[in-house]
Amino acid sequence: MQLTGTLFSNLSAILGNEISTFPDYPSEIRAPQGTLFGVSGFQVHLGSEKIYTPGDDADVLVTMNPAALKVNAKGIKKHSIIIFDTDAFGKKELEKAQFTTDNPFEELKISDTVQLIPVALTSLTQESLKDFDMDNKSVLRSKNMFALGLVCWLFNRPIDAAIHFLSGKFKNKPKVLEANVKVLVDGFNYGHNLHLNVSTFQVNKSDSTPKGMYTSISGNKATAWGLIAASKKANLELFLGSYPITPSSDIMQELARRKDMGVKVMQSEDEIAGITTAIGASFAGALAATNTSGPGIALKSEAIGLAVMAELPLVIVDVMRGGPSTGLPTKTEQTDLLQAMYGRNGESPVVVLAASTPANCFHYAFMAAKIALEYSTPVVLLTDGFIGNGSSLWKLPKFADLPEIKPHYVKSGMTGLSATARDPETKIRYWNIPGVPGLEHRNGGLEKNYVTGAVSTEALNHQRMVDARQAKVNYVVNAIPDLKVEGSADADLLVIGWGSTYGHLKTAVLDLNEQGKKVALAHFTYINPLPKNTAEVITKYKKVVVCELNGGQFATLLRTKVPGREYLQYNKVQGQPFSSAELEEHISSLLK
Amino acid sequence: MDTIEKTQYTVNDFKSDQLVRWCPGCGDYAILAAMQKVMADIGVAPEKTVVVSGIGCSSRLPYYVNSYGFHGIHGRGAAIATGVKVANPDLTVWQVTGDGDCLAIGGNHFIHSVRRNIDINVLIFNNQIYGLTKGQYSPTTLKGCITNSSPFGTIEEPFRPGELTMGARGTFFGRVLDVDMKSSHMTMLAATKHKGTSVVECLVNCVIFHDGAHKYLSEKTTREDRTIVLEHGKKMIFGKNRDKGLILEGLNLKVVTIGENGITENDILTHDAKTPDPTLHLKLILMSGPEYPVALGVIRDVEAETYNDALTKQIADVQAKSSVKTFDDLIDSVEQWEM
Repeated sequence: MQLTGTLFSNLSAILGNEISTFPDYPSEIRAPQGTLFGVSGFQVHLGSEKIYTPGDDADVLVTMNPAALKVNAKGIKKHSIIIFDTDAFGKKELEKAQFTTDNPFEELKISDTVQLIPVALTSLTQESLKDFDMDNKSVLRSKNMFALGLVCWLFNRPIDAAIHFLSGKFKNKPKVLEANVKVLVDGFNYGHNLHLNVSTFQVNKSDSTPKGMYTSISGNKATAWGLIAASKKANLELFLGSYPITPSSDIMQELARRKDMGVKVMQSEDEIAGITTAIGASFAGALAATNTSGPGIALKSEAIGLAVMAELPLVIVDVMRGGPSTGLPTKTEQTDLLQAMYGRNGESPVVVLAASTPANCFHYAFMAAKIALEYSTPVVLLTDGFIGNGSSLWKLPKFADLPEIKPHYVKSGMTGLSATARDPETKIRYWNIPGVPGLEHRNGGLEKNYVTGAVSTEALNHQRMVDARQAKVNYVVNAIPDLKVEGSADADLLVIGWGSTYGHLKTAVLDLNEQGKKVALAHFTYINPLPKNTAEVITKYKKVVVCELNGGQFATLLRTKVPGREYLQYNKVQGQPFSSAELEEHISSLLK
Repeated sequence: MDTIEKTQYTVNDFKSDQLVRWCPGCGDYAILAAMQKVMADIGVAPEKTVVVSGIGCSSRLPYYVNSYGFHGIHGRGAAIATGVKVANPDLTVWQVTGDGDCLAIGGNHFIHSVRRNIDINVLIFNNQIYGLTKGQYSPTTLKGCITNSSPFGTIEEPFRPGELTMGARGTFFGRVLDVDMKSSHMTMLAATKHKGTSVVECLVNCVIFHDGAHKYLSEKTTREDRTIVLEHGKKMIFGKNRDKGLILEGLNLKVVTIGENGITENDILTHDAKTPDPTLHLKLILMSGPEYPVALGVIRDVEAETYNDALTKQIADVQAKSSVKTFDDLIDSVEQWEM
């Protein structure tokens, strides 16, 4: 299903649509088919104008078994079309999905409102491939292609374009290609010949998309490429220390593929080694990064503190997932915010950024590396399962257009620098890399003398060092853009969000604005430090509501950082993104 | 010809301005001295040398060496050293660790750095006790030992560092004794010459919390009878009178006396540290008194590809074949369309 979804969304993008996708799958690798917990889904939203989310409720649902129907029935529009495999809707399958009658549509109370397209997907696929010398398992796997053909028909996608696209995908597997094309075309023709009273969809080319060359990219891949771009811009080797964990592993896997870009990836023995090898690499002069999710960020806490103390550049990517503990590995949440901010012993400030779309993970990974290198500090980049796995259109950048990166190296002519030597004004420590005679020093986790760099427990010195490390992080505010406000210019209500909820919040606010409701949106991607104008923006509004996929962590942070005003909250912790509809409803209720 | 290189650096070039703050009489002083002598001998410049450590008494060592140094967090020295070496293979990297740091909290990193064969020199200061945290038992404390955290004696079997190194498919293992400067120097020198993870177990005395832990070996009058210093290619002969030796009897080692029962020097085993087969190396590692002498020196020294070399090579191979040379090439390589 994931492959079919990717194929259909990429095909649509090539044909000029805006796309946004949301793969939603169980944490079991081969979860028992037909069970409610084993449903794997792929949601795609096509737009003839700019779209910001994978959409709320579906116009079309393709369902391969009753369980998939049951799990997704609440996420479809009133007059949606449901394509279902009649071969997989027998008594046994219905029972497996815990239906008690033989009419699941009636049981779900949707039989009057949806339009059903029953298709014997399994037997038609078998029929389609009967002349191919293929085992039954491979034949059944091609069912998805039949469904893809049907969807291409339903959305008026030219079949030639689909074939051309498939040919590219399977160019090294001619036999697989031949079979897939056969089934795809049969599916497409089957749709044509249905003569059903179904109105097919016409999603025109998007004209609002800025002109340029595009691809479709997932947030995890974009993150990996952002780090590569930064390493090239800084003229440094990229080192990634990483331990596999869902949903973050794709970043490691993508970087492991990129040996052509000189990336050094170490799959380490555990999360702690992932970050500590990266700290060693940073000490030795690489652009060092580590990536993780869920409990992995907790395991890395001590070492993040070490990087804070050693004042070394380091990027820590946290692709957040449902927690606490191992929680909901494949589901999305924004629940690591305060852990990223404060989850360490001692006064341990780090820079925190949060990407807001799959494609802009590239930008924020790049910026995380740029800030880490230019300010000699660890930077935590927060993304999550929703944008990490999801994909969106990405306007391809030109290397020359990316900002310069100037690591805070020891300046030429400096000698005898201590381990703690820093710029007196900005407090940024000089990155003092082994190999240079006369600059030998000992760095590490113990507190050091401000001047000599020698280990020190002296009272006032510790205060001075704590203050310097904080001042350095505060100084980063000069590198980040002001907070922008979107939506109504004269609104009394400000919606605040951060990170991956941007698409849903923006869609909700724009919809409300279209309905004449005055609402504005301020969305944060720079969390620590906050943009300079944060207080100025927030205090302007009569009402402020902070919407986030946690119990209120950013609201808590804002109460500390911009105190003296009321913050309303809208929170959801269900392992799922917001829907624009629920946001609209809630925001509307605040206007009354 | 060699003399030019050897005299390039002296021990003083590797002494930092920091006062060494171990307890008077601590065995760590001797290991530091041997290490600095080796550093001077191998002729690698201080700026090309990095000493990494974790936490514990021994892990303070980087402060005392004039080189680049990193004093990390408990147990993670192996991983930090790995990162340093992989990121910059031109550096000579030492990892200094103790029996607690290396084998308890850092056990995982230790076995994996050994398994990967990262080209670093690892000195494990084994005093069979936690010193810095004041006298708790460690993973190498002998069973039954009374310590601050085992008032009725420990009930755990200890690790034997050499055995663990073999289990992790180590390519180099040596053992030294703090009071034996000569074999310490020889062993550490061999460790620096070995490409890969060179594990050197340093038996050191903690005068405060575990005084005399290695007394059986270090006692001057009996040391030569209770230890054997192994060197590749040399006969396994030991003893004050150099009249004792090791032979194989069936699958087991046996101590014999030259000149007795018709045994001549020719019957004595010749040490082959270079054989990949770890069987005899493990037997030598496990020897203990009073039946056997405890093995010091270079027990295993096998050539194998290092992780850092393999990674560098793999990157070079991929780059030579790939048409993607620049970031713009990478961008051009994706499926893309105009909008």
